[in-house]
Parts: sequence; C-alpha cells; structure tokens
Amino acid sequence: MSNNILEVHNLSVRFQTDDGEVEAVNGVNFSLAPGETLGIVGESGSGKSQTVLSVMGLLAANGKAGGKVVFQGADLLGMPARELNRVRGSSIGMIFQDPMTSLNPYMRISEQLTESLILHRGMSKKDALARAIEVLDAVHIPDARNRVHYYPHEFSGGMRQRVMIAMALLCKPELIIADEPTTALDVTVQAQILNLLGELRDDFGVAIILITHDLGVVAGLCDHVMVMYGGQVMEYGALESIFANPTHPYTRGLLRSVPRLDDAGASALQTIPGNPPDLMHLPPGCPFGPRCGDQRELCSHNRPVLAFAHDGHARACHVPLEELR
Amino acid sequence: MTEASSTLMASAELAEDVRGRSLWFDAWRRLRRNKAALTAGVLLLVMTLLVLIGPALSPYTFDFTDWDHVSEPPSLETQHYFGTDAVGRDLFVRTLHGGRISLLIGVVATLVSLIIGIAYGATAGYLGGRIDNLMMRIVDILYAMPFMFFVILLMVFFGRNILLIFVAIGAINWLDMARIVRGQTISLKQREFVEAAVACGVSTPRIIFRHIVPNLLGVVIVYVTLTIPQVILVESFLSFLGLGVQEPFTSWGALVNEGAQEMESALWMLVFPASFLALTLFCFNFIGDGLRDALDPKDR
Amino acid sequence: MLQYAFKRLLGAIPTLLVLITLAFFMIRIAPGGPFDTEKSLPPEIEANLNAAYHLDEPLIQQYGRYLLQILQGDFGPSFQYKDFTVNELIASGFPVSLTIGGLSMLLAVLLGSAFGIIAALRQNRPTDYAVMTVAMTGISIPNFVIAPLLILLFAVTLGWLPAGGWDGDGLGKVVMPVIALALPQIAYISRLMRGSMIEVLRSNFIRTARAKGLSETRIILRHALRPAFLPVLSYLGPASAAVITGSVVIEKIFGIPGLGRYFVQGALNRDYTLVMGVVVFYGMLIIVFNFIVDLLYGALDPKVRYD
Repeated sequence: MSNNILEVHNLSVRFQTDDGEVEAVNGVNFSLAPGETLGIVGESGSGKSQTVLSVMGLLAANGKAGGKVVFQGADLLGMPARELNRVRGSSIGMIFQDPMTSLNPYMRISEQLTESLILHRGMSKKDALARAIEVLDAVHIPDARNRVHYYPHEFSGGMRQRVMIAMALLCKPELIIADEPTTALDVTVQAQILNLLGELRDDFGVAIILITHDLGVVAGLCDHVMVMYGGQVMEYGALESIFANPTHPYTRGLLRSVPRLDDAGASALQTIPGNPPDLMHLPPGCPFGPRCGDQRELCSHNRPVLAFAHDGHARACHVPLEELR
Repeated sequence: MTEASSTLMASAELAEDVRGRSLWFDAWRRLRRNKAALTAGVLLLVMTLLVLIGPALSPYTFDFTDWDHVSEPPSLETQHYFGTDAVGRDLFVRTLHGGRISLLIGVVATLVSLIIGIAYGATAGYLGGRIDNLMMRIVDILYAMPFMFFVILLMVFFGRNILLIFVAIGAINWLDMARIVRGQTISLKQREFVEAAVACGVSTPRIIFRHIVPNLLGVVIVYVTLTIPQVILVESFLSFLGLGVQEPFTSWGALVNEGAQEMESALWMLVFPASFLALTLFCFNFIGDGLRDALDPKDR
Repeated sequence: MLQYAFKRLLGAIPTLLVLITLAFFMIRIAPGGPFDTEKSLPPEIEANLNAAYHLDEPLIQQYGRYLLQILQGDFGPSFQYKDFTVNELIASGFPVSLTIGGLSMLLAVLLGSAFGIIAALRQNRPTDYAVMTVAMTGISIPNFVIAPLLILLFAVTLGWLPAGGWDGDGLGKVVMPVIALALPQIAYISRLMRGSMIEVLRSNFIRTARAKGLSETRIILRHALRPAFLPVLSYLGPASAAVITGSVVIEKIFGIPGLGRYFVQGALNRDYTLVMGVVVFYGMLIIVFNFIVDLLYGALDPKVRYD
C-alpha cells in the first residue's frame, strides 16, 4: 500500500448553508498508484467535484473536510497553508472544468505560466518563459513562442483548455486532477483534449484523477473507475470489470442510458427514474434507494458499506449480486 | 454530449425545480435574518410616526416665537424639549416639521425619477437598436453634466419653491433608474429562463408576471430605498446653502445650517436636526443594503 | 490607443455643446437681469451697459457669440467683479479648489481601497462589520454636518487646527477641509471595493491561482487587485463630480476662497458670465476627468478593444 501516491481515508465534506448542513461527501476511500488513471463518475451533486476540491484544499469558505488525504506520506487536510502551497501546483496539478473563466483574464498567459515555475522551481524569469513555451508546444499550441504573450481572451475555448493543461504540467507534477476537463468544449475538441491527456500520461508517467459525468470519457482513458452517488462511492473497480460486469444497480442504470454502437436497435435507451438526492435530506439508508429498482426493506434504513471482493472490485449494495435484475 | 449526461443534467434541473422556493419567500427569510436592516426598518417607522404626530404633542407651533425663551437649551419645564433657536422658536417642533418636508421631498422626488426612469429605460431597452443607442447617448451626455450646479441656478433664478425642488431633484436622479431598467429589460429579454418559458409555451402575461416583473421589481425596490436618502441629502445640501426650503418653513438641511452658525453657543441647535438627518439616512441605507442582499442571492 | 483616445475626445464634443447650451439658455431665460439691483441707474446708462455686454442683441446672436468666445478659451468679463475677467477669477479660485479636491480624491482612493480590501478579506468577521458600519456612517452623515463638528472638536475645543481661512503657510488649514470632503468618498469607495473584491475572490481564476500554490499575498495583489479595482475606477468619474459639488459647501463652511465660493456668490449676484464660466469650466473638468478614467480603464482591462 505504501507505494500509492495518494490515499484517501474516510473523506467527508460538509457545507454550512442558510438552510442547514449539507453533506456533500461521506466516507469516501480510494487510493492511487503512480501513473494510474482513476475516473470518478457521477451526476451533478454526487460529490465528485467536492471530493477532489477538498484534496486540493479548495473548498468554498463554508465547506469543511474531514478524514485523511495522504499524498506522498503527508496528510494534506491538516496541513498549514504554507506547506500545502508547496504541494499545490508543484506536485499536484489541477485542470478545471471551465477554461473560459479559470484563467485570469487580466494577466498574460506568460505570467500565469511562469509564476508557478518561479515560485516552485526557483527559476529565473527567462528560464521559466523558455519552459512555458516548451510545455505549450507539448500541448500542441501552434506558434507558442508568440502566443505565450497573449491574454486568455485571445484564445479559443479548446486552446484555453490546452493552456490550462500546460499550466498543470509545468512543474512536472506526480498527480494531475482534471475536473470535467472537456465538459465545456465542443465534441471534436473534447476528443483532442482527451487524446492529449492520454499522451501526456504515457509520456510523463503522471497519475491522473479524471472527473466526469460522461462514461465515454472514462472508457477512453482510465484504468480504474469509481462511481459516486449522493456523496458516497457506489462501486469501484478496474475499467473492464466495471463496464463488463457492473455490480451496482446505479452503475447498471448509468450504462443502460449510454447508446452503444455494437448492439444497435437491441433495446431502447433507458433512463434512471427519479431525481438526484437532496443532499440536505439524504435518506438514512442507501442514497440511491428511492430510485433503485432492486430496493429492499433493509436499503431504506441501513447504509450499505463499500465491500471489496477478491478481484479488487468493490460495491456498496445490500442486494446480493445474483439477485439483481 | 452523450445521452447519459444529458439525462443526468435534465434530472438535475428537475430537482432544482422541486427544491426551488419563490424568490420573495427566500428574500424575506434572508431579510429577516439581517438584524441591522430590521432595526433600521423599525427605527424608520418610529421616525415617520414621530414626524407625523410629534408636533401635535407640543404646545408650540413651528413658527411661534417664544420671546421669553430665546436660545435656550432643552428643558422639560418650558416644554421646549430640544431647546429653542435664536428667535425663540421651538426646536422640537421645527425638527419634526423639517423632517416632514425632508421625507416628503425624498419620497416624492424619488417617485418622479422612478416614473421618468422606468418609462425611458424600458422604452429604450424594449425598442433596442438605433433608438436605444440614441436614447442612451442622451443619458450619457446628461450624466456628464454638473447637475447640482444647474439645480442651484434654477433655485436662484426661479425662486425657491418646494415644487421646483421636487422637479429638479427628480430630474437628476432618473438617469440612474433609466440605465438600470434598460439593462434589466435587455438582459431579461434574452435570459435562459424567459427563453425556456417561451419555448415551453408559457403565455406572455404569465412570462411577464412570473419571470420579468419579479426580477425587475427587486431592482426597483432596492433603487428606491437607496435613492430616497440621496434625495434627502441633495435637498438638505440645497437648504444648507440657503437655496432650498424657505422661512418660516424648514427642513433638516436648513436647520443644520442655522445650527452650524450657532454651534459654539447653542450646540443643541446643530445636534438635534443633524442626528435626525443622519439617523434617517442611516436607516434608509441599511434597509436598501439589506434588501439588495436579500433580493440578490448571488451576493450572499 | 491613440485612435481610441481621439475617438473618445470627439465623443466629448456633443457633451460639451449640450453643457454650454444648457447653461446659456437656463441663465438667459431666468427672470431678472444683472443690473436689476442697482435701481438708481438711469435708463441710458443701463442701455449702455447692456450694449457693452451685448445684452441688447437677439438671444441667438448672444449664444453664437458666447460659443465662439468659449472655443477661444475666453469666458468674458465678470458682471460683478468689474475689474476682472472670468478667466482671472477662475485662475485665482481653481488652484485652491484643486488642492482640496485633488487631495480628497487621493485620500479617498487610497484609504477607501485599503479599507475595502481589509473588510473583504475578513468577510463576516468583526473587522468587516466594524469597517462597514463606519463606512455606512460616513455615507449617512453629510459633509456639511461633519465639517462643523470637526471645527467644533479640533479648532474650538482642542485648538489644534485653524477653524478656516486660507491665509498663512501652515498645512493645518488643508487638513479639515480635505477630511470633510473625502469622508463620504472614502466610505463609498470602501464599500465598492469590498463588494468587488469579494466577488473577484470567489471567481474561478482565483481558485486556479490557489491550485497553483501561490501565496495569499500574491493572489490578492497580483491576481485579484486589478479586476477588483475596475469598479472603483469607473466610480471615479461620478466621484469627481461629487467632490466638486461638495467643495461648494466645504469652501463655504471653512471660508476658503475657491471656485465654489465664486459660484455661490455669482449665483446670488446674478453674475451671468461668472456663473456660466464656472459651470462650463466644471463641466469640462468632469469631461476631462471621465476621459482620463476611460483611458486608465483601457490600460487596466485587456479586454477593452481600441476599435
């Protein structure tokens, strides 16, 4: 276990709001080996974004994280800001969902790129600029030498996301967290960005946590998949195993709602009935219970625990696998 | 975007709708929690009542000269609760009387600017295009005018009557309102929820009353509560210069002016009207702030 | 950039025309002439006076004459101060007004921004509430109330500062007028700055900066300050107008021989040329100031295109 670069133990995230306490993430455990790519899948409000934001210490002011986030042997959650800042941007790079607003519109790209090199790597301005151009080249931005001096609004959306990726890569981090990196982009650009991420993982051997609500994105890039619902992990396993033998009713529902090319016309697309859970009033039992076709008496008052099978596949469900529809 | 994700998003929006409460309910809840705004509201209510019925509680009238008590400090014995001024007039009654005029001017002039501003702004925003351009250019030009000086000129040349103060002040302040209303009208016309409502076949009156009016109303209410103190301030500024309300009538600005001249010998002449003026402005500003926070959830 | 500046200048011309026109006709339509008070004037002398000041010409001709004159930078002779031209009166009053007004604006921007940032960084904590309550007080107490109170405290009671006037070399005479004039603006700017700083600190690009491990100091100074300052910059146009207006009462209260005092005197004496001159001059000043603010905005916000 000790060779994992990231270990998350019993992570919880709570927000104090005007209407009371919201439990956005509850009892999440996972780990990540060097060079591994983990996909976290779930719909809006499943807690997937809050999970990684809490890892980075980027929760909104009214949010509080509990549990342990051990990165390279040190717990990030209890860390003073000064120490945390030595990790953020240096050993962990982060790519955000919306490249339009995630770059500072009032600063040239050059300064936004070089500042972390100067800070974390102690580079001179000149060296930092050279390295910035090098990384922009690596993410396939044409004419990087000139464009490095542009402002963000002078780039297209896809190009801005490349700049974001370059920014995350600059200091050669061991881990990149990408929070819905392609959601705001056109479909063709999405594919390019995903290819780029895959390329970079292969070239630099960086571990990636990829957050998405799009199973197609996961299929193309990830080694492991974690499915979240209502702030909890529903299922965890290797990519092939999740896609071939989903063991959780929610995962099955998700997969049934994805159009498949290989059995066209076999069955109509299905949707999951009901609405995502109200995090303010989670049911005492399984969060997915009210929408689950296999719900039992037990499910409504007992919260299922994530249990690992011998093959490393894990599920949080009271219903025995054989009895699932 | 894949089918799965759009399904997920659609269901997320449904959930939003289920949990959503009315804008006004939420606003009221937030406002109720804002102690400063609530206190200010109560204080303002008390102030208004005092100004309306207070003068009747005193044996003196606002223009009665009590030659036996000239420039006397506050005293319960003589029933000059706030003392008397340099010609023996009762300051308690004059302060409240001045308050009537200050508040009246504040409210009426604000309404004048509100009516002009809404009509102008909504027209420009609704018509759009070239007419909008021209109308807003005119507003821009007028914005750059040193209006206070024009008002002073008006007062000097056309005599100092109250009606003119209403008109003059109202005519200055409509510019802000016009800009706000125009901006709101334009953005509301093209907001997603209005387009969505149109696409869903919601009837036009329903769109206007359910979606546009509540959104516009919030801005207007905030504007009104923040404009009234500005107007009171302008009026007292003019009266302070001796260009506003004329003797024997008075307003807080005029009383502060008299008080400032006598402050070394009769501090109460400055303190009472100044406190009333400041307290009123304070209350209006706090209520306006509270309303803005309450009606604009993004700024929580 | 030059082209943009030129375009902005061209845009100011109609504003200027409207300003002059409004001022001219408002005063001419007003009842009462400049020589009404001197009742003993024989009719022929009054006619001579009117002729000397071109008051016997048709209104439109006077307007044309005045416009032409102003374009040459000449505001004409004063009706009341017979030995002076309006230009001379402005030249004597303006430096005084500029000193007070300029210092007030400077103080307002520096202190207002600083207080606003401090409050934003301590949002919803005691420091924030304290700063905002003081700011609210600053907005709610008019400067013509603050000024007498300042005099009472620092001049009459403590005797630290002169109660007014503009004679002598000491800096003491500047202190109270500047503070009284600046206080409402300090209050306003700090509220504005607080609001915009809170909003900017909540934006996505600040989250990106945090994710990069930058120190809080760098995030605020390098990433957040510029966008947060833009609304304050936009407010400086209206602020200058407010300070100019405020200077009228402040100059009156402190007995300072600035432009505002000439204006009030001129208005009360029906000194047409002087009043018009001051109004047009102030108007031009506000236009010029707005122009500078526009240029600064363009320099601070890369998204502003100069086309």
